[in-house]
Amino acid sequence: MDWQTLAARLFTADHGLTAQGDFISGTVSFEGEPLTVIGTTNHAPIGVELALAQARVILDTIERHAGRSILILIDTQGQQLRRRDELLGINRAMAHLGMCIDLARRRGHVVIGLVYDQALSGGFITSGLIADACYALPEAEIRVMRLPAMARITKLAPELLESLSQANPVFAPGVENYVAMGGVRGLWRDDLAGDLRVALAGSPTVDERARDGAARGGRRLAADVVRRVLDAA
Amino acid sequence: MISYAEASARERLALLFDAGSLREWLPPAERLTSPHLAQLGVPCAFDDGVVIGRATLSGRLVFVAAQEGAFMGGGVGEVHGAKLVGLLQRALRDRPDAVLLLADSGGVRLHEANAGLIAVSEVMRALLDVRAAGIPVIVLIGSNNGCFGGMGIVARCADHVVMSDIGRLAMSGPEVIEASHGVEEFDARDRALVWRTTGGKHRWLTGDCDALVEDDVAAFRSAAIESLDTRRPLTLDALQAEHRQLASRLALLPAGLDGETEAITLWQRLGVSEPVRVPALDVDAVRALRTA
Amino acid sequence: MSLHAGIETLDFSYDGRHAAGRFAPVLVGVVGSGNLEVLLEPGEAPHCRVRVETSARGFGPIWQAVLDDFHERHALAGVRVSINDMGATPAVVSLRLDQAVAELQSEGQP
Repeated sequence: MDWQTLAARLFTADHGLTAQGDFISGTVSFEGEPLTVIGTTNHAPIGVELALAQARVILDTIERHAGRSILILIDTQGQQLRRRDELLGINRAMAHLGMCIDLARRRGHVVIGLVYDQALSGGFITSGLIADACYALPEAEIRVMRLPAMARITKLAPELLESLSQANPVFAPGVENYVAMGGVRGLWRDDLAGDLRVALAGSPTVDERARDGAARGGRRLAADVVRRVLDAA
Repeated sequence: MISYAEASARERLALLFDAGSLREWLPPAERLTSPHLAQLGVPCAFDDGVVIGRATLSGRLVFVAAQEGAFMGGGVGEVHGAKLVGLLQRALRDRPDAVLLLADSGGVRLHEANAGLIAVSEVMRALLDVRAAGIPVIVLIGSNNGCFGGMGIVARCADHVVMSDIGRLAMSGPEVIEASHGVEEFDARDRALVWRTTGGKHRWLTGDCDALVEDDVAAFRSAAIESLDTRRPLTLDALQAEHRQLASRLALLPAGLDGETEAITLWQRLGVSEPVRVPALDVDAVRALRTA
Repeated sequence: MSLHAGIETLDFSYDGRHAAGRFAPVLVGVVGSGNLEVLLEPGEAPHCRVRVETSARGFGPIWQAVLDDFHERHALAGVRVSINDMGATPAVVSLRLDQAVAELQSEGQP
């Protein structure tokens, strides 16, 4: 689903969101309340510039609009794979974006992520995964890395990775796996505006993902290991 | 001098913290191993590649974690990540003087893909909780693997980063960049280029690390002790200042430079004198060059 | 369905002569390419039970020979040996086993 269609379904046809290149931003009125929206489109690679552009809007929201909720629309191929971005510290720019979102949460802004197309790796760590909760459209995909690069780095056979990506929850990019693992809180199917309303009203403010992963069966060990560390003599 | 880079995670912990002070939690004998590796024909490690526990540093109570880069490239999997999260959550409860993370990692453990990605994110959230509670989080980077990927983001979420000149801190490895955009973009075999782009000296000059030391465990120990009371509270003002710094640095560097000149140009624009000499200088000399 | 053969598990058992007594677990080595980790823990005397988990499949007879030699050298009793191996050579395996025993002996009894 392209972002304009998504925006029309979430809000109304005259939502007022615009895109500058791959960067979506704006303030919409949702159920009578202003809502800050940032996001990316065209499977955007996140370089230093785009990380800072997103952070700027978050900081402005914290500074000028106390209590305003924030929605992050996610469609990214992950971090930009360029020497210049590495030189300039893309990891630091991404950490900065993540910390801005995290500060917004701590200041009482509800922050919701929605993967509407794809999300990879660093581009996801500093958007959906640092929000209060992340949701996804059923057809969305979330990956750590594309298979050919993964095969090269792990030295695992591409056919093996291909086969695992079909059915194995740890590898398959379908968002239902992320739901099972607790990384995604739920999927939005038909009444997108209704799902957004519920999310804004009732997403957790503490990190419940390991607990969810255990309860849903997709990540059976993490919560227990955390508990064992807390209880260790 | 004992090379920090050549030491194992356990050796680093034994030598860096006060002798005999380490009490390991979830030690190897508890066999909390990865549930995902056997299906790929990869052996487990009894500690899943990370040692966590408490120790003292110059007599002060600290919580510590050391990633073992020789196991799976230090990659973060489900159990490994949960050990780090547990350590950080315990720090919130028990309030040590600081949390020290000896980072040695390529990032998400690809063999655990989705589970590893979520785990890294949980580490990041837990780390920021610890900082918000006023407990300093210090990251040490000096292994041959460096600190990459999701761990490169986590490192920059800490209060204080100590690097050696041979350490590296970045997002994507040079091979991944070369594979994506070609050897002209990044020749992964050009070691000088790799270190100009991601190495400790460069990160020191740009302010992406807070201390630069030699590849020596004792030097890391000293720097860690010095950093124990460093807190950078994450206020709106602090993030606005960080934003200005990152934006101005972005504006300083013209686009379209080639790999030979790009780093040197940036150093020059940052006010570093005789930037061409930086790669050949020793750590003491490079330390003196920082302008920020 | 498995496209990959997985890890091979091998078990060996000896009756030793030199009681290790009670001791805190000892770990040496790292599970990297061409390397292994060895965990020693107290076990049921007089046995020395060894479990090997390895990604290098099909070397049962070599493990047998290396461990027979290890038993010849040390004849430990009341010890459990657990190994995670990623294709170490027999020489490296023997080295790690001896390192583990040396550490056991230097730590003494609790």
